[in-house]
Amino acid sequence: MSEVFGSFTVILPEQGTEHMCLSFKPSSVPIKQRWRNNGLSADFLGDYLTTFFPKDDNPQSSKKQAVVKDAAAYIANELLENAMKYSDEKGDVPNSIDLTLLEDKLVFTEINGITQQQEADFKMFIEELQNNDPDELFMRKLEESAMSDTSSGLGYLTMINDYHASLGWQFDVNDGVHKVATQVVISI
Amino acid sequence: MKIIENENYKITYNEEDAVVSFEGTLRLGGMGEYAPIVEYLEQAINDSDKLTLILKKLEFLNSSGIAMLSKFVISARNKEGFELSVIGSNETPWQGKSLNNLKRLMPSLTLNLE
Repeated sequence: MSEVFGSFTVILPEQGTEHMCLSFKPSSVPIKQRWRNNGLSADFLGDYLTTFFPKDDNPQSSKKQAVVKDAAAYIANELLENAMKYSDEKGDVPNSIDLTLLEDKLVFTEINGITQQQEADFKMFIEELQNNDPDELFMRKLEESAMSDTSSGLGYLTMINDYHASLGWQFDVNDGVHKVATQVVISI
Repeated sequence: MKIIENENYKITYNEEDAVVSFEGTLRLGGMGEYAPIVEYLEQAINDSDKLTLILKKLEFLNSSGIAMLSKFVISARNKEGFELSVIGSNETPWQGKSLNNLKRLMPSLTLNLE
């Protein structure tokens, strides 16, 4: 059984001009030890993409390469950090991040296992996101983060507000195992 | 001069000139891990009536880091008459996208993207 929120499209690898997937086992080492891998993986994805946006004599090409690299590294890092913080650590579902380059879009799809409680909390946040103006919600969350020492949801809100991303989620349950796929699409 | 640094980032506070400079990449694991940096910045607010934050060499900041900077800007806003300047770089794409949010939190903040 699948439940979809927002804009979520199944994209087959052959649809993209380029496709890459990284996968991790969330329970193999403690989160503190694994945290640095988020940055390493995100930077790798950003750097990898630069091959497809070569610099030439036009100064705009250099700017474009920097913008794509920066956006990919930011979005991938946020997705991986969220997956690490909010995945079912005791489950066997690997965390994976898939990046597909389409003609005019970058599609990130991150999948992780999730407990029923995490799923309920996540759906509440998605509902909040869908029922509010993202810009107003972003500013409110920034104010709240100053008071409460949490920054929950800010990653998604920066993707929407600062990177003009469209977001979608697909929740699945198979044999009692809960999974969520988060998809982020940006125009390039 | 006070410095907080590790292999990924360096934050320098020059008390005499009231300047805090950030360099490198900041991807700490949540607001709790940013607490020492928040304390450091709060100290800078208490030490003077003005401060310049130089972010030009800060290549990467995760969303928890954005929350940390926002918390700092809100503290600065809450100190009456406090003058805050933020200097960023147009060459670093995230700064062009995200730093303007700080000015929305504190309209009197001076933001320069060089």
